[in-house]
Amino acid sequence: MTDRKLSYGHAFREAVFQEMSANPDVFVAGEDVGAFGGVFHTFDGLQKEFGEDRVVDTPISEQAIIGLGLGAAVSGLRPIVDLMFMDFICVAMDQIVNQVAKIKYMFGGAATVPLTITTTGGAGVSASAQHSQSLEAILCHIPGLKVVYPSNAYDMKGLMTACIREDNPTVMVKHKRLFGSSTLVPEEPYTVPLGKAATVRAGTDVTVVTYGRMVTEALSAADTLAAEGIECEVIDPRTLQPFDIDTVVESVRRTNRVVIVHEAVRFGGLGAEIAAQIQEIAFDYLDAPIGRVAAPFSPVPYSPVLEQLYIPDSQRIADGIRETVARPLLGI
Amino acid sequence: MNREVQLDLHRRMVRIRLFEEAAGKLAEAARLPGFLHLYVGQEAVAAGVCANLNDDDPITSTHRGHGHLVAKGGDFNRMMAELMAKSTGYCKGKGGSMHISDMDLGMLGANGIVGAGSPIAVGAAFAAKYRGRGQVAVAFFGDGATNIGAFHEAANMACALHLPIVFACENNEYGEFTPRSKTMAINDVVERAAGYGMPGVIVDGMDVVAVYEVAAEAVGRARRGEGPSFIEAKTYRFYNHHGIQNLGLKYRSDEEVADWKARDPITILEQQMIDSGSATAADFEEVWSELRADIEAAIEFADASPVPEADQLMADVYTVSDHAAVAS
Repeated sequence: MTDRKLSYGHAFREAVFQEMSANPDVFVAGEDVGAFGGVFHTFDGLQKEFGEDRVVDTPISEQAIIGLGLGAAVSGLRPIVDLMFMDFICVAMDQIVNQVAKIKYMFGGAATVPLTITTTGGAGVSASAQHSQSLEAILCHIPGLKVVYPSNAYDMKGLMTACIREDNPTVMVKHKRLFGSSTLVPEEPYTVPLGKAATVRAGTDVTVVTYGRMVTEALSAADTLAAEGIECEVIDPRTLQPFDIDTVVESVRRTNRVVIVHEAVRFGGLGAEIAAQIQEIAFDYLDAPIGRVAAPFSPVPYSPVLEQLYIPDSQRIADGIRETVARPLLGI
Repeated sequence: MNREVQLDLHRRMVRIRLFEEAAGKLAEAARLPGFLHLYVGQEAVAAGVCANLNDDDPITSTHRGHGHLVAKGGDFNRMMAELMAKSTGYCKGKGGSMHISDMDLGMLGANGIVGAGSPIAVGAAFAAKYRGRGQVAVAFFGDGATNIGAFHEAANMACALHLPIVFACENNEYGEFTPRSKTMAINDVVERAAGYGMPGVIVDGMDVVAVYEVAAEAVGRARRGEGPSFIEAKTYRFYNHHGIQNLGLKYRSDEEVADWKARDPITILEQQMIDSGSATAADFEEVWSELRADIEAAIEFADASPVPEADQLMADVYTVSDHAAVAS
């Protein structure tokens, strides 16, 4: 089998298709996932292939969708349950936070939860405040959950396959503006290990940590800055919980400067945690305060003009990196 | 009714009663940390329903969950050890009263969140149907839980997907300290079942034989693939929302409590059997004293058990497996 160009959305679908083919315990449930194929077409054709018993159209009932997945998972199945938009996790927060994440621990380890929750986050399509959020930090704050956020089609297929095979509850966050983006993707099933970052660009002057769609923007910023003589090392953690801090710190020890970029709001975003860990582990290696480029502390606006101001882009990322790199060393 | 079934129901109820009375006394003596919601008074519901279930039939429970685990066959030693937060407990001392569970008995946990068990029971019922193994799931919940969204989502989804599940509502007339009449505008919770397209029945929740019979019907329907049912068992908690004394809070009249206590489900069954000549007071005393000894032994077991080791703090947060760690 060979590699071929595949889109982010199709890579997701292929992972689900292959795992469903390989394992009869894998099934899909969610709103519009069956006959309609999912609102982003990520489940296209699966019901036709696997039948209504394995690709289940559910009522618009987010709590019951998660409960369906949890009850089936502790009963030995390997469910994939879809929450159409990431914003909808809020509707199901009790089931996700109080039930799914904690059942194993509360039961003294006796329960196993091989559950994958899939959802779609991110702004950029004028979907406004309730269909555009980046709420990954909330999920990463909950012990018991694992959270992945692929930035490209290759990682999408590998991470989704890993999530389905994982014996812990995972949340797979897709970015709604990445569905059309393509990379080379192997035809055969493969996994990208959970908790392992990727260095997507090597550099010597500054470490840029980012994930999801912001990886594309950060790489574009890195190209711009390379022309100015600034070499960025861009690290995509791929899995947000557990977080691969080792790869980040190893890079920081060489570059001595860090900028963290995310589409989520700055306050209490993952950047805060990543920055805290870096300074705890590698304070003496830092030549400048850790920079952050993130969304402002507001809901996501509807207006395309305002939304463009809201979402970090390559230019703002480049500005943030320039600022961090320009900071002089003092008192030495 | 078959004498053996009646004796089985009796034994399940007495086991619950003795466990709960003992737990209440231990809590009063400050020997149990945490919250304690006692099932005393409601024994006929758990016993009558669970006597229709097999070990591999999954159930979900409530914050008042000890009775469901006992009725499912729960082990006194491991239960008492869990309440005492010992490492030999069902949850290694990490769950306590509100999360007590036994996966081998299909007891998918007491639950600290009102209404949260029903969606999980729907998932267990989905798995039962998916695999075609003939299992039936039972969601136990109180009248108060039918005021929360999760219950309604679960009931609707179970009916929409035609799952093998029984919704067993224990209407004890109070949501914590507030009377049911102040929190819903209907008199019978069972009215809600029709809105989802499932049959519902009211049963005297103090009459274990009656509960057993309606549960047999509902469980039978589910097992035959005929879909969900709803049972409203009218019952009462003899003690307070939590503990026995409950800080002296007064929210029910003495008369009301006395009236319900006069209809003690265990006494009712014993009287029925004595009246029909199928058992004697001495038969029952034998059961009580045998099970009292079991409880004493369980307390001793729990007392003698070690507290969790420090390394248990971080154990069981995640399942450690290497499936996903294998990179291509």
